[in-house]
Amino acid sequence: MASLAEPESRTSDDDFRQEVQNFLAKNFPPELKGKSNALSSVEGPTEESPAERAWREAMGAKGWGTPTWPAEYGGGGLSRKQAAILNEEMAKVGAHNPIGGMGVMMFGPTLLEYGSEEQKHEHIPPICRGEIRWCQGYSEPNAGSDLANLQTMAEDKGDHYLVNGQKTWTSGGQWADKCFCLVRTDRSDKHRGISFLLIDMDSEGVDVRPIRMISGVSPFCETFFTDVKVPKKNLVGEEGEGWTIGKRLLQHERTNLSGGGAMASLMGASLADIARHYVETTEEGEIADRVLRDRIADFEIRWNAFLLTARRAGEEAKASGGVSEISSVLKKLGTKLGQERAELAIEIMGFQGLGWEGDGFSEKELQGTRGWLFGKATTIYGGSTEVQNNIIAKRVLGMLDHQ
Amino acid sequence: MAVLNDEQIMLRDMAREWTQNESPVTEWRKVRSGGDERAFDPAAYQTMAEMGWTGVIVPEEHGGSDFGWMSAGLVIEELGKTLTASPIVSSTLAASAIMLAGNDEQKAKWLPKLASGEAIGTLAIDDNPRHDGKVDGTKASGGKLTGTKPFVHEAHGADIFITASDDGLYIVEKGEGVSLSTRKLADSRSHAAVTFTDAPGDRLANGPDDLLDQLLDRARVLTACEMLGMAQAVFDTTLDYLKQRVQFNQVLATFQALQHRMADLFGDIAMMRSAVEGGLQALDAGFGIPRAACVAKVTANDTMHKVSREGLQLHGGIGMTDEYDVGFYLKRARTLEADWGSSAMLRNRFAEIGKY
Repeated sequence: MASLAEPESRTSDDDFRQEVQNFLAKNFPPELKGKSNALSSVEGPTEESPAERAWREAMGAKGWGTPTWPAEYGGGGLSRKQAAILNEEMAKVGAHNPIGGMGVMMFGPTLLEYGSEEQKHEHIPPICRGEIRWCQGYSEPNAGSDLANLQTMAEDKGDHYLVNGQKTWTSGGQWADKCFCLVRTDRSDKHRGISFLLIDMDSEGVDVRPIRMISGVSPFCETFFTDVKVPKKNLVGEEGEGWTIGKRLLQHERTNLSGGGAMASLMGASLADIARHYVETTEEGEIADRVLRDRIADFEIRWNAFLLTARRAGEEAKASGGVSEISSVLKKLGTKLGQERAELAIEIMGFQGLGWEGDGFSEKELQGTRGWLFGKATTIYGGSTEVQNNIIAKRVLGMLDHQ
Repeated sequence: MAVLNDEQIMLRDMAREWTQNESPVTEWRKVRSGGDERAFDPAAYQTMAEMGWTGVIVPEEHGGSDFGWMSAGLVIEELGKTLTASPIVSSTLAASAIMLAGNDEQKAKWLPKLASGEAIGTLAIDDNPRHDGKVDGTKASGGKLTGTKPFVHEAHGADIFITASDDGLYIVEKGEGVSLSTRKLADSRSHAAVTFTDAPGDRLANGPDDLLDQLLDRARVLTACEMLGMAQAVFDTTLDYLKQRVQFNQVLATFQALQHRMADLFGDIAMMRSAVEGGLQALDAGFGIPRAACVAKVTANDTMHKVSREGLQLHGGIGMTDEYDVGFYLKRARTLEADWGSSAMLRNRFAEIGKY
C-alpha cells in the first residue's frame, strides 16, 4: 500500500546505489556468496579464511556493517533509506554482513546513547570493524527474572573498582574479549545501587566455566570475579545509573531476539515439506493424515500472522521514528511459535526426529534435535515470557500493581 | 495499524468520530428494540452513504471514490467497534461481485446505486447452513433461478441478491419469484431464508473461472475487518472494567492472573490486526489473495472467538446481563465466525492452496 512519501531526492539515492554496487564489485569475494559467518558470540570462533578476513576488513573500513551508526565512531553514517539500499544490493549478490555479535546488537547502541566521548571513541570503532567480542554480565544465580537482586559487588578503591561476585548465563563468555556488566556499587538501594561497568575478560581474577546445556552444547558460561581490578574510566554513566542503562540495553536485546526474519531463516523447510518426506501421502501428494495436515495449516497460518506482525512493527517504527507499541509482544509471540514448530516437527518425524548422535540420522535431523532443546531457552532468556507479560500489562496496558 | 496515506487517515478519523458520537452501542440497542425487520437505521445508512463509505471500492466512473480495500476496511473496522448495524459489508461485497464479473450495462445500472446507498445489495451464496464453498441446491435455467438460500444476511433491506447457482453468479432483483422467510439468529441482525422460484436473473458472465472463490475471498477479508473492530472494542471495554472493579479491596487490574490474560489477548489482537491488514493489502495489490484471505479470516475467527469468551468471563456475572454490551459482541461474533468459512474449513483451503 502507499506509504508516506520520503522527501529524499531520487538522484542521490541512485548515486548511492551505484557507489554500493561499485564497492561490492570490487570488494565482495565471490566465493563467499550465500555464506554467513558474522562474528558471533554464541557459536564461538571459527577459523577466518583470507577471503572472509578481506571482506570483514573492507566492510569494517567503510563502517557498513553498522550502517546507521555515526561515522565519527567508525559507523557508516548512513540514513535508513541508504541502509536499506545497501541491504538490497548486498542481498542481490548474496553478500552477508560480516560484522555482528552482541557488540553490534546490544552494547554498541547503548554505549552510543549513554557513553562518554572517550568511551565511544575507545569501544565503538573495534565493534564496527568486527575485531572485539562482547559478552553480557547480567544474570546471577539469585538474579534471573528478578535481575535487580544482583549481588556482584564493585567496591570503590579510589582509582579503580574491586569486583567480586558471580555471573551466570554469560553468553559466549569463553570466547569474549570484554564484558558489559551490571554490578552493585551500593547495598542500600536495590535499583539505584546498580552501576554499568566494562570489564576486560583477560583481567586477573576472571574465571569462566562453560555450562553444559540439555542440548549438549555450552553456549553459556558461569563467570567468577575474584578481586578483579577495573579502572574507573570503564564506568558507563554515573554510579547508580546502571539499572536505567541496563534496561535500555535489554530493549535492544528483545528487538533482536524477536526478529522475524532471523527466526524464519532458522526454520528452513516448511513443515508441510517435512511432513511429505516423513509421513504417508495420498496419490495426489497430500498428507494422508488429515488431522496432522490440519495442525500444520493451523501453525503455518499463525506463523504467517506473526511474520506480518513483525513486518508491521518495523513499518510503524520507521514511519513514527520511534518504537512501535507492538514490539513489546514480538518476543513472546515469536519464541512461542518457534517452540511450537520444533515440537510439531518432532511429532511429524517420530523417533527419527529425536536423534542425538551417530549413524542413521542426517545432519539436519541431528541439528533439529539440538535446536528443539536449545529453543527452550528462548522463552526464558532476554526477559522470560512471564516478565514480558508483566511489562505489557504494566507499561502498555496501564494495569498497575498497586492502586 | 498499517502505515496509512493522508486520505486513509482522514477517512478513518471521520469514521471513528461518527461511530463514537453518532452511532454508539446505544443506537444498536434502539435498532434491536425497534422491530424493523431490516435491523438497521435507514437514516443512519443514508448518512454513511453521504460520507462516501458505501462506494469506497467502487470506481469513480461509477460514482464511487475508488479508495481501495484498505480504506473500506478502515471504515468497516470502526463500524464494528460500536456494532453499528448496516448492510454496508453485504452491499460492498455485492458491488465487488459486479466489478469482478459484470458487463458494462450491469455496472452502469447497479454500481452507482450501490455506491450512493440508493440500492442495497447482498450475497445469496450458501445452499446450506454451514458454509463449505459449494453450491449444490440452486439451479439456473433459461435465466430463471430456483432454490433456497437458508441464511441470507441483510435480506430484508436488499434490492438485489448476488445469487450463486449451478450456472454461476446472477443478479436477482427482489420481487418476482423471490420470497423471504425471516430467520432470527442470536445476533438480532437481519437474516432470512430466501427462496427463488423461477426468479428472473441477470448472469454475471464476464468474470474469471474462479469468480465465486474470488468473491468469497473478498467476503472473508471484509468480514474479518468487522471482527477486528469488535475484538478491539471488547478488549478495550474489558480493560476499562478491570481498572474500575474492586474486589478484596483491590482493583482487579492489579491481579497478575488477570494481567497476564490481558497481555495474551493484546498479543493475539496484534496478530489479528496484522493478518486482517495483510488481507486488505493483498486485495489492493491483486496478489496472493487466496492465501492472505485464509490467514485473515482464520486469525480473525480464532482471535474473535477467544476475545469474546474471555471478555465475558473477565466481566464476571455482570457480563451475562443484557444491560452490558459485551454479550452483544459474543452473539455477533459467532455469526461472523461462521460467515464464509469456519477456521476448520479455511485451514483445509489453506492446505489445498499450499498443496499440503
